[in-house]
Amino acid sequence: MPHDHHNHLSPSGHPFRADNDHPLSYWQTMEIAVRELLIEKGVTTAAEIARQIDAMDNRTPANGAAVVARAWTDPDFRAALQHDASVATSEMGFDIGPMKLIAVENTADLHNIVVCTLCSCYPRNLLGLPPDWYKSRAYRSRTVREPRRVLAEFGVTLPETTQIRVHDSTADMRYVVIPARPDGTDGWSTDDLAHLVTRDSMVGTGLPKSPDALA
Amino acid sequence: MGSRVRVRNDMPPGHIRTPAYLRGKCGVIERTLGPFANPEELAYRHSGAPLALHRVRFTMAEVWGATAEIPTDTIEAEIYAHWLEPADAA
Repeated sequence: MPHDHHNHLSPSGHPFRADNDHPLSYWQTMEIAVRELLIEKGVTTAAEIARQIDAMDNRTPANGAAVVARAWTDPDFRAALQHDASVATSEMGFDIGPMKLIAVENTADLHNIVVCTLCSCYPRNLLGLPPDWYKSRAYRSRTVREPRRVLAEFGVTLPETTQIRVHDSTADMRYVVIPARPDGTDGWSTDDLAHLVTRDSMVGTGLPKSPDALA
Repeated sequence: MGSRVRVRNDMPPGHIRTPAYLRGKCGVIERTLGPFANPEELAYRHSGAPLALHRVRFTMAEVWGATAEIPTDTIEAEIYAHWLEPADAA
C-alpha cells in the first residue's frame, strides 16, 4: 500500500515528511519582499539569482581535493599555500571572496581539526555546503571540549603522541586541513591523488583514503 | 608572535566574536592577521574600526583544567586585539 499514509511510514519504513503548510516567518517574508523589489527595480534578475544559487550548489569537495593533491605534488604551490592560501587557491580558480583562507598541514606529530563554535564558518569555495553535523550544537561544542572522542566517533583514533590541534574559526579566517599524503602513492598523478582526498579529511574529522581503495 | 596573552574575562552584551569558553584564559600569539573591521561595531552598522586579529594558541590544560582529554593538545582561535591583555596583567 504505497499510498496509504495511515501509519505515517513510507514503504521503506521512514516517516513521511510533513507538508510545510505553516505561514511564512518574518524573515522569509522579508527575503521575498527584498528579492522582488530588487528584481522590480532592475538591480538583479530572477535568472541571475538562479545562476548564483546554481554556482553555490555546484561547489564540491572536489575543489579542495584538487588543492590538496597539488600541494602533495608541487613544492612551490605548497609553499604558496602556506604563505597565503587565499591567493594560492584563487589562482587555481577557487575564489574565496572577501574571506581569508589558512591551510593547516597534518604531519605524523600533529592532527588539525576545524570547527566554528560561534556559528558554522566553513571554506565553501573549496568544500561546498557544510554537512548538517558541522552546524550541529553537538559537533560545535564537543570538538573543542573532547576532540579525541569526536574523532573516534568519525572512526579516527590517533596515538597520544600525535598532538590534536583544534581550530576554532571564530572570525574572518577560514581553514582547510591539508592531510598527510598516504603512504604507497609514490609516482601517482595529481588527478589520481585527488581521488584519495575526502571532504572529512579536509575538515580534519577524517583521513584520506588508502591507496588500496582505488585499486 | 610568541607573546603570552590573556583573553579579557568580560561578558559584555552585543555581537561578540570572542568565544566565552576562552575568556580569562592565557595563550600564546601564533600569528597576527588583519587588520579587519571590528565586527562588534559592524553588527550595529558602524563602519568598524580596523583592528589586528591574533591567532592565539591555548593548551587544553589551560582551557579545561584537569578534565582535558590530553593536556598538551591545543586549541587555536582568532581573537581581536582589544580582547587581549599581557598575560602578567592582574
